[in-house]
Amino acid sequence: MLIRTYSPWSVMDRIQREMNQLFDDSYRSDRFRYPAVNMWTNDRSAVVTAELPGFSSKDIDISILDKTVMLKGKREIDGEKATWHRQERMSGEFERSFELPFPVEVDKVKASFDNGILSITLPRAEADKPRKIEIKST
Amino acid sequence: MADKQTNIEKTQSDQMQTTERSRSQNVFVPPVDIYETDDEVVLLADMPGVEQKNVDITLENDVLTIEGSIESKTPEGYELVWSEYGTGDYFRSFNLSDNIDQSKVNARVTDGVLKIIFAKTEPAKPKKIKVNLE
Repeated sequence: MLIRTYSPWSVMDRIQREMNQLFDDSYRSDRFRYPAVNMWTNDRSAVVTAELPGFSSKDIDISILDKTVMLKGKREIDGEKATWHRQERMSGEFERSFELPFPVEVDKVKASFDNGILSITLPRAEADKPRKIEIKST
Repeated sequence: MADKQTNIEKTQSDQMQTTERSRSQNVFVPPVDIYETDDEVVLLADMPGVEQKNVDITLENDVLTIEGSIESKTPEGYELVWSEYGTGDYFRSFNLSDNIDQSKVNARVTDGVLKIIFAKTEPAKPKKIKVNLE
C-alpha cells in the first residue's frame, strides 16, 4: 500500500523555489539588484511595484518579452560644483530583469508612477488562464 | 555611518529603542545626500511613497528632524508573492552645523524625494577697533 505524506511546508517550499528562480539573476552577481521589487498576483493578473524616488517617468524604461520584464533607468545627481558631506542615494543607471509567473497580454499592461513608486499591472494572457473542463456523463 | 546604497535593503530605524511612536508602522532611515555650495547647504532624502503633506520637518536646538509618513497602498484582491522591500514611515535627524541660517529654510517634496535648501549665514564681518591713544 502506498502511503503518501503531505506536508503543507513542502507546498510553500515549492512556491518559494519557483519564485526564487524567476528572480534569479545571479549570473550578474557583481551588480546589486536595483530597484527592490515587490510582486503581487492573483489568477488574473500581476502587479509589480518598485521604489524609484527622484526618477521621472521619462527616465524609466519598461520592456516585456514573453514572461520577462526588464526595467531600465537612470538618475542624475546634481551638485557639481559643491562640497559633499554625504552621498548615500543611488545615482547613475540601473538595469534589472525578472520573470513573471505567467505570460501576459502586453498590450494591456499599464504602468503608473506616483510619489516615486512605480506600479505595473500586467493582465495574464487569455490563452494561459486555466479553463474549466466539463465532465460529460454518458 | 550610513554607507552608499550598495544593497537594496532598506535600513530599519533603531529609533524604536529610544522612544516609542504612537503609530505601529515600520520605520525606515531614508538615504540622504548633503552637499554645500557657496551660498547654500542642500539636503536630499529619498522617501518614496511620501507626499508633501505627509512630511514633518522640525528644527530645534540645531537638530533637524525629518519625518515622512506613507498612506499604505497595497493592491486589493492580490497576494504578495515576492517582497524585496518593506513599506513604512521614514525618520532621521541631523545635527546642523553653525554656518546655517535656521530662519531661511526652503523645503519641497517631488517624486518621493524631500529637498531642503538652507541658506548659509553671512560670514562674520571683521570689525575694525579703533585704538584710542590717550
